[in-house]
Amino acid sequence: MRELVVISGKGGTGKTSLTAAFAHLADNIVLCDLDVDAPDLHLIAQPAVQRSGPFMSGHGAEIDPAACSGCGTCMDVCAFGAIHNEGGRFTVETAHCEGCKVCVALCPEKAIDFPDRLCGTWYESDTRFGPMVHALLDPGQENSGKLVTLLKAKARERASALGLDLILSDGAPGIGCPVISSLSQASLVLLVTEPTPSGLHDLERVAELCRTFRIPSTVLINKADLSPEYQAAIHAFCQAREIPVVGHLPHDPAITEAMVRGQAVTEGPDTLFGVQVRQIWSKLQSLLEAPSPSRSKESRS
Amino acid sequence: MIIAIASGKGGTGKTTVSASLVSSWKRPVLAVDMDVEEPNLHLFLKPESVSSEAAYLEVPVLDKTLCKQCGACAELCQFKALSLMGAHLLVFPDLCHGCGGCMRICPEGALQKGQRELGAVETGVTPGGIPCLTGRLRIGEAMSPPLMGKLRQRMHAQAAKESLDIIIDAPPGVSCPAMTAVQDADVVVLVTEPTPFGLHDLRLAWKAFRPLGKPMGVVINRAGLGDDRVHAFCREKGLPLLAEIPFRRDIAEHYAKGGILAQLDPGLRATFEDLAERLERMGAEVNHA
Repeated sequence: MRELVVISGKGGTGKTSLTAAFAHLADNIVLCDLDVDAPDLHLIAQPAVQRSGPFMSGHGAEIDPAACSGCGTCMDVCAFGAIHNEGGRFTVETAHCEGCKVCVALCPEKAIDFPDRLCGTWYESDTRFGPMVHALLDPGQENSGKLVTLLKAKARERASALGLDLILSDGAPGIGCPVISSLSQASLVLLVTEPTPSGLHDLERVAELCRTFRIPSTVLINKADLSPEYQAAIHAFCQAREIPVVGHLPHDPAITEAMVRGQAVTEGPDTLFGVQVRQIWSKLQSLLEAPSPSRSKESRS
Repeated sequence: MIIAIASGKGGTGKTTVSASLVSSWKRPVLAVDMDVEEPNLHLFLKPESVSSEAAYLEVPVLDKTLCKQCGACAELCQFKALSLMGAHLLVFPDLCHGCGGCMRICPEGALQKGQRELGAVETGVTPGGIPCLTGRLRIGEAMSPPLMGKLRQRMHAQAAKESLDIIIDAPPGVSCPAMTAVQDADVVVLVTEPTPFGLHDLRLAWKAFRPLGKPMGVVINRAGLGDDRVHAFCREKGLPLLAEIPFRRDIAEHYAKGGILAQLDPGLRATFEDLAERLERMGAEVNHA
């Protein structure tokens, strides 16, 4: 089983639109939206939910006012400033509670409860592209990395049960917790970038993250005609890091027009842009099949 | 006065709006990049004489000679940063959230204060004299809120000392990093684009930030692209439309050169001057309320 994870560092480079197009072109895949914070892939994939469930993760502190003696120990020991004293009445600000249990353990009156926390919802669905696994984190919640790990496990289960050989995942922007979780066990990471100062800067950081975790990567330059100068700089960076560039796509409103129709850019009548996406997909397939040069190089060193 | 520039969806133009707003702001202002995972504001504001200071999280270090393997710390730790394996206590500092509980409860005093590098806080000043603060997460570090906490302390101290307004470029999304970035703001600006993705994530951001009770307004970037459902959403929710930036190739190219949009042409300069004035009025109403 192989796993292709699409990330970008910078948001808005076209990850989700391109993932949807690859999902349309691919056979035998499980589709997975790992951007649990602000997921968008479902707007094109239009999943019919088959199963769903709560995502419980960690705990939160709750002070029982009847048992509280007002000593203030909890407030002193909280490293996150989550406990407030309003005229001798101590309360926990849920949004700031890290769920560390220190106040629970040190309260002399044992007046602090520590219930499970509901952080979001996961979904297993069917789409016209194949089965899909996705989720929605509740606003302001943390532990998005754990939810990503849960989705990846569900995608693998689903793929083995159905005999499907590729998991295609749309990742989150950034380089933090959810992105790090999405890299685990990836066969190949597709880094979607754009030739702008931010695109290059964020590509450098996300490529370094892949290198740190020894995951082979390849780069797709979207909106490639925006700046010849930054396009050249991205090529120079990729060459120096021995990261293959899998292809270029022009700055083209076709992607948005398809999105407004609720379609992948490769669905509907053939366009030049669609043909270019098909070419990139076929290259990605060969990269997924061949052992990656960067990985074999890593294992030699 | 603190203005936060946020969005659910990434790549809608938060940094573009932040940079132009900073350059159009009438009063002394501090520009703060809180997208510590992928900070980009400096690429447009181009601060000079940048100095960088590492930021650390306090994590436990084990003194094996004192540990009696009672396991109290491992039992308390909610993040699996401490684990008792047979007769050995293992410490995984990368998993630590810095609550300090293990150090407090260890009966032998075997866990002492150590440090994990979170990243850096960078300070600089633009060629036009505007002070800038940037948080830069260490690559491989999973947690951005602790570094954002250090950045916020620094931001408040500098703004208070020099009587500065603050403009914050927030990270994308609606989970804890985004919430952390907007919590100090008087006014939250949501930058979106008139597309299905833009609308969907604008709705998520509105839902996430609304309970904070802060005034919010919307800037539509790439206006003319996509459809009119974002406009309809703003009308329905009573969200003021503060500015629209047209979808034009020359704007995308100017951005691709690292240019500040408010400096591209007189029309855009007026757009951002008007945005700055409206935000100052919204912020003044909050501060007088």
